[in-house]
Amino acid sequence: MYSYTDFDEAFVRTRVAQFSEQVRRRIDGSLTEDEFKPLRLMNGLYLQLHAYMLRVAIPYGTLDSRKMRQLAMIAERWDKGYGHFTTRQNIQFNWPKLGDVPEILSALADVGMHAIQTSGNCVRNVTADHFAGAAADEIEDPRPVAELLRQWSTDHPEFQFLPRKFKIAITGSPNDRAVTKSHDIGLRMVRDADGEPGFEVIVGGGLGRTPMIGRVVRDFLPKADLLPYVEAILGVYNELGRRDNKYKARVKILVHETGLEPLREIIEERFIETRAEFGGQDMALLAEIERAFAPPAFRQAPTVAYDDFYREDPVFRAWADTNLARHRNADYAIVTISLKAHGATPGDATAEQMRVMADLAERYGHDELRISHEQNVILPHVHKADLPAIHAALAQAGLATANVGLISDIIACPGMDYCALATARSIPVAQEIATRFDALDLEHEVGPLKIKISGCINACGHHHVGHIGILGLDRAGVENYQITLGGDGTETAAIGEKTGPGFAYDEIVPAVERIVRAYLEIRSEPSETFLDTLRRVGHAPFKAALYEAEGKQDAA
Amino acid sequence: MSRPYIPKVVTANALLEGDVVYLTPDDRWTRHHHEAELIEDEAHAQLRLLHAAARKAEVVGPYLADAKAGPDGPEPVHFREVFRTRGPSNYRHGKQEAAAH
Ligand code: HEM
Ligand code: SF4
Repeated sequence: MYSYTDFDEAFVRTRVAQFSEQVRRRIDGSLTEDEFKPLRLMNGLYLQLHAYMLRVAIPYGTLDSRKMRQLAMIAERWDKGYGHFTTRQNIQFNWPKLGDVPEILSALADVGMHAIQTSGNCVRNVTADHFAGAAADEIEDPRPVAELLRQWSTDHPEFQFLPRKFKIAITGSPNDRAVTKSHDIGLRMVRDADGEPGFEVIVGGGLGRTPMIGRVVRDFLPKADLLPYVEAILGVYNELGRRDNKYKARVKILVHETGLEPLREIIEERFIETRAEFGGQDMALLAEIERAFAPPAFRQAPTVAYDDFYREDPVFRAWADTNLARHRNADYAIVTISLKAHGATPGDATAEQMRVMADLAERYGHDELRISHEQNVILPHVHKADLPAIHAALAQAGLATANVGLISDIIACPGMDYCALATARSIPVAQEIATRFDALDLEHEVGPLKIKISGCINACGHHHVGHIGILGLDRAGVENYQITLGGDGTETAAIGEKTGPGFAYDEIVPAVERIVRAYLEIRSEPSETFLDTLRRVGHAPFKAALYEAEGKQDAA
Repeated sequence: MSRPYIPKVVTANALLEGDVVYLTPDDRWTRHHHEAELIEDEAHAQLRLLHAAARKAEVVGPYLADAKAGPDGPEPVHFREVFRTRGPSNYRHGKQEAAAH
């Protein structure tokens, strides 16, 4: 695993010392909130509805048992015994006290973690495919490039005051598990005609109030040109992006207003300059980083224990069928640990659960853990013979829910239970949908279906790319939920379409149930997924099920 | 006729803990909505908000929230403010936790 350099260590420690001093001066009254706010946001500290919130970066979603245990310790010592894993591969602590934050940051620094650039108009935590370095369909592990981007963007003097926040996602697989098309820059690894790996460069994706699917500015960018090209895009955006209106400041608006072709020309022109400036030292650095990401020494052992369990134990089999993914090594599997127990808060893990996951990673998983944007935890490298033991240990900790990719594996933002910007709650809606379909015992029959819920138009819960998206709004002082259908966050990305008028809080779960029942009726065969069915028959039958059946929705 | 003024309370978050607080008639910050000063006059509300904003070392982000009179004192009107009196709905954390002790 990649360890931070002395330079990183010194940088993070200096930042902690500075921030400790700033907190002290805020508490003694020498800094006003107006002066302090930008400083705290630079260090990941938000003020939410009921308390402060500290957002900690987990670069490209990768951590080891030591880091996970430290997060558990922080949750117990300074928070309420749990943490919330987010769609941006961060962890958020919902209850830190202002005076404790310097100590928390210092405890994070002890394990090479920090909260820098988790907020503000800079390049945010670079997110990556959570199966990186393990997936069977992968061309190359994208994390060395993500790390290169992290080093280059951290405290980059030119890019600390961009027109708006800037998010980069990267995947090394043709199958996009990193939602690259909804990021400011998406990098998807592909091969050129000679089989050389490089990147398809996507720019201008974004969710929020004006959702847009990113556009391809470069079909193939050789790996060696990556950093100069990304710098060219950022340079152009920094100069031309709108600063007059924060709702029009993301790069997606620049792409939209300038047009892809003219913008591509400007970027390519700038790229000629940036490429000359870089002169190759970035590639030397990348080679060094790549060595630190060498795959673990995979164990050679028989897998019969797995086969036996799979045959004999239906509970294990159900879990294996939903929660395992194909590993590049045929004797291995990728385990997704569901943080979506029916009725629980999506993405939350208790300190005890964090320790169990850390122990399993250390004992069976080459000491690696990942956080997925779908708010689950991954053990990327597990020998199949160890799966029964892992499953048993997870079950003991309430972590063996067999629902990955199913209707109860919901992404939900914190919504009005925590977030100061929210217009409605999202967590209880997720809890109730999961509980309802569990009670109906329907979710395995329904099969792959992604529900994503946001508590306001900022779309942190990715609702636009949910097969069923739910957006919580405030309609004249009551919570109201708008449904979108047909969103897709993969390489076939699409923005969902609104079905029509929204539903009241106590109507939203029955509404979702009507959609799902309609799907079960219409699908041509059980293997036709929800999304495939929707694409085949269109939205009309689903709208009919939503609005004609009960007709209880409020007037728009 | 101008519309009647919707009464207000001054609310903010405590600087140190982040807890939701309300300004009382005797200039204290209370955790309890029903102890807040119910302000029925717009000009007075602006004065109270200015007063709150000046207390920078105690609170963050003071604002005026709609409220109404109730049997035990002011009550929130909007659901967001109702949640702020309690805490999140997924755990009994925040004020509802303190109230249970
Ligand atoms: C205090 C809590 C939060 C605040 C204040 C906040 C604020 C925002 C805002 C203002 C936007 C819109 C940005 C724009 O369109 O320019 C946004 C977008 C986004 N946020 Fe959050 N957020 C919060 C929590 C979260 C959490 C918990 C997650 C992950 C679960 C998250 C993930 C995202 C994502 C993925 C977007 C994507 C939209 C995009 O990039 O276009 N945020 N957030
Ligand atoms: S979508 Fe809205 S409610 Fe949800 S976390 Fe983002 S800003 Fe808050």
